[in-house]
Amino acid sequence: MLDWQSAEENGSESLTQHVSRDRLHVVSSKVPVWTRLIRIWTYRALLLSLVRKELSVKYKNSVLGFAWSMLNPALTLVVYYVVFQLVLKNGMPQFAIFLLCGLVIWNFFSTALSGATSSVVANAGIVQKVSFPREVLPLASVGSSLVFFFLQLIVLAIALVVGRDVPAFSYLALLIPAFVDLVILAAAFSVFLSAVNVYYRDTQHLLEIVLMAWFWGTPVVYAYQTIAVPLARHHLGWAFFLNPVTAIVITFQRVLYAKVSPVLATGSVMKILPTGSPLWFLGQLAIVFVVSCVLFVIALSVFGRMEGNFAEEL
Amino acid sequence: MTNAIEIDDVSKIFRLYQEKYSSLKERVIKAGKIPYQEFWALKDINISVEEGTSIGLLGHNGSGKSTLLKCIAGIIQPTKGEIRVKGRVSAMLEVGAGFHPELSGRDNIFLSATLLGVPVKEIASRFDEIVEFSELGAFIDNQVKHYSTGMYARLGFAVAVNVDPDVLLVDEVLAVGDESFQRKCIERIRLFQKEGRTIVFVSHSPELVRATCEEAYVLDHGSVIGAGDPGAAIAALRESLQAGAQVGGAKISEPGKEAEPKAVKVPNVELVSIRAVSALEERPEHIFPHDPLKVEVGYHARSPQLGTSVAIQVFSPQKEVIFGANTRELGIEGFDLDSDGVVEINFEDLPLLDGIYGVAVTLIDSGGNPISWLEDRAAFQVVNPSRVSGLVALNFSINSYSVPRIAN
Repeated sequence: MLDWQSAEENGSESLTQHVSRDRLHVVSSKVPVWTRLIRIWTYRALLLSLVRKELSVKYKNSVLGFAWSMLNPALTLVVYYVVFQLVLKNGMPQFAIFLLCGLVIWNFFSTALSGATSSVVANAGIVQKVSFPREVLPLASVGSSLVFFFLQLIVLAIALVVGRDVPAFSYLALLIPAFVDLVILAAAFSVFLSAVNVYYRDTQHLLEIVLMAWFWGTPVVYAYQTIAVPLARHHLGWAFFLNPVTAIVITFQRVLYAKVSPVLATGSVMKILPTGSPLWFLGQLAIVFVVSCVLFVIALSVFGRMEGNFAEEL
Repeated sequence: MTNAIEIDDVSKIFRLYQEKYSSLKERVIKAGKIPYQEFWALKDINISVEEGTSIGLLGHNGSGKSTLLKCIAGIIQPTKGEIRVKGRVSAMLEVGAGFHPELSGRDNIFLSATLLGVPVKEIASRFDEIVEFSELGAFIDNQVKHYSTGMYARLGFAVAVNVDPDVLLVDEVLAVGDESFQRKCIERIRLFQKEGRTIVFVSHSPELVRATCEEAYVLDHGSVIGAGDPGAAIAALRESLQAGAQVGGAKISEPGKEAEPKAVKVPNVELVSIRAVSALEERPEHIFPHDPLKVEVGYHARSPQLGTSVAIQVFSPQKEVIFGANTRELGIEGFDLDSDGVVEINFEDLPLLDGIYGVAVTLIDSGGNPISWLEDRAAFQVVNPSRVSGLVALNFSINSYSVPRIAN
């Protein structure tokens, strides 16, 4: 399952840098965020190792193995499709593709966060015995979720081909900043939650509930405009964007689902996505980017402050 | 010479909670009034270690030596002060830390080494060496969960010593593994010393520190109470042990209240060394069953001590007393000890089989009260070249004869 030799060749440059022999390693309760980032970077080989470990352990004794990571969204999709399209008859054209665009993002976000939250506690054995930048543990959860994210993108790609859906090519480039935002945002929450969970073990239970509420507060199952239009009537259009995941999800939907206000068979127009230009989307993503980066720095410094007592608290 | 490790005014305070509240509800209810005591695990420690030297950290349980080692390793952060370590640090606090049972030995080598900060490329180039050191052979591709304890320990140690550290931190991990593997580990540590690496060694055993380290520090209740060459440090350790013999373990000081210095009663005669050696000149390094053994006990008397008796105990590898004698009880006349000297005890014929045995000696004054003893036992190893096994070398003969059946 794990092929280290080839990984080493593929990853060539990124893995050959050594942990510097002349580097002065300072153990102190006050280490600036910048130094922490450098330290994490020198341990990126560990990050890869841990991601590999998580991947190979996760489906170790299961027959279907990695297929589960693709079956999971596929089956969720079927459930939502039956409930919303067939039972509740929401009438959205190509609902499956719309749903998948949001689901892959949400799945990544929620698995990264819930995996990361317990990561430090779950690895108590090594935290108490080995010295390494502990941020690597939650980040490895983000990393392994990222692998599943790409596997689920395959499901999405298949759905696009089967549904003969044409992406909006003029918006295509937006996928890159949206993806970057998503990863930084997930990393920020992951690092923060993993540290807090060491002191308050409720965090992981609370997170389950919060994630469920958060999911329904994100336009994944329903269309953005379903909520945004009534909100705008009360001049609360901005409120939707208090949820940083919204901008990322609607960008993915805008690019891959690409139906802003389709005309239905009945002749009526259905408002689904915001009508903004690529620049409008970019603006939204830029705000999320800044917010994510600030959150990440805060998370790192909170983590740094709490880290000193990890070995004792566990 | 530059310093490999600089420990600068380091203090570590542990908070000892009466009860631990780790759920939010309890923390909210008890907000701000969780009772705890402050415990100074380390107090204003200043040590600098030159590159290429080996130092030992000595102290009884709870003295803070392991805490200090964890601070140097970066596993816990000091409450105050700073530690600067130059180069790659490899800490052996526990062998096999970070192994995942579901992964194969091979995958665990990579996982564990990256955990220690070694680049994948370097591990790949040392891979064969690690496998060879671990003596695992073909088992390397089996899941670690199927390994025996010994195999697990060997693999863990093999990784730790093969990561090419500049600074090696060793806690008492050598206690694991069988004898031959322990010897291999100590050889590897000696090799590191020859190569000019810096080693910090935490041990209960002053003799191991004396044998391996150039400098030693003695910790007691979180402070350095003795430093210098191992001999001087070990003497300081003994004094603290004798002074605090009744205390036993860590003492929790009241917050804001200094621990009172204890009055040290200096005994008149002190044992300073003990060693057990082969009395045979032709093979001094190996002791075979039925060889003679010589135990030499060095003492220092501040003023003449008359009529001193000696009690000696020999311990099996399982730490059971297998022999005990007290010259006073045996009616042997006491010795008059003065200034520095040696008490020599000779066993003419040692009926023991292979294993590492211990010898402990106590001096007893003319009134029958113990006056001085060493916390550590001298160890000697018996190597058994014959094919008999067990603990005691019994002489025996064997023959066979038939018994004529008696008809009724």
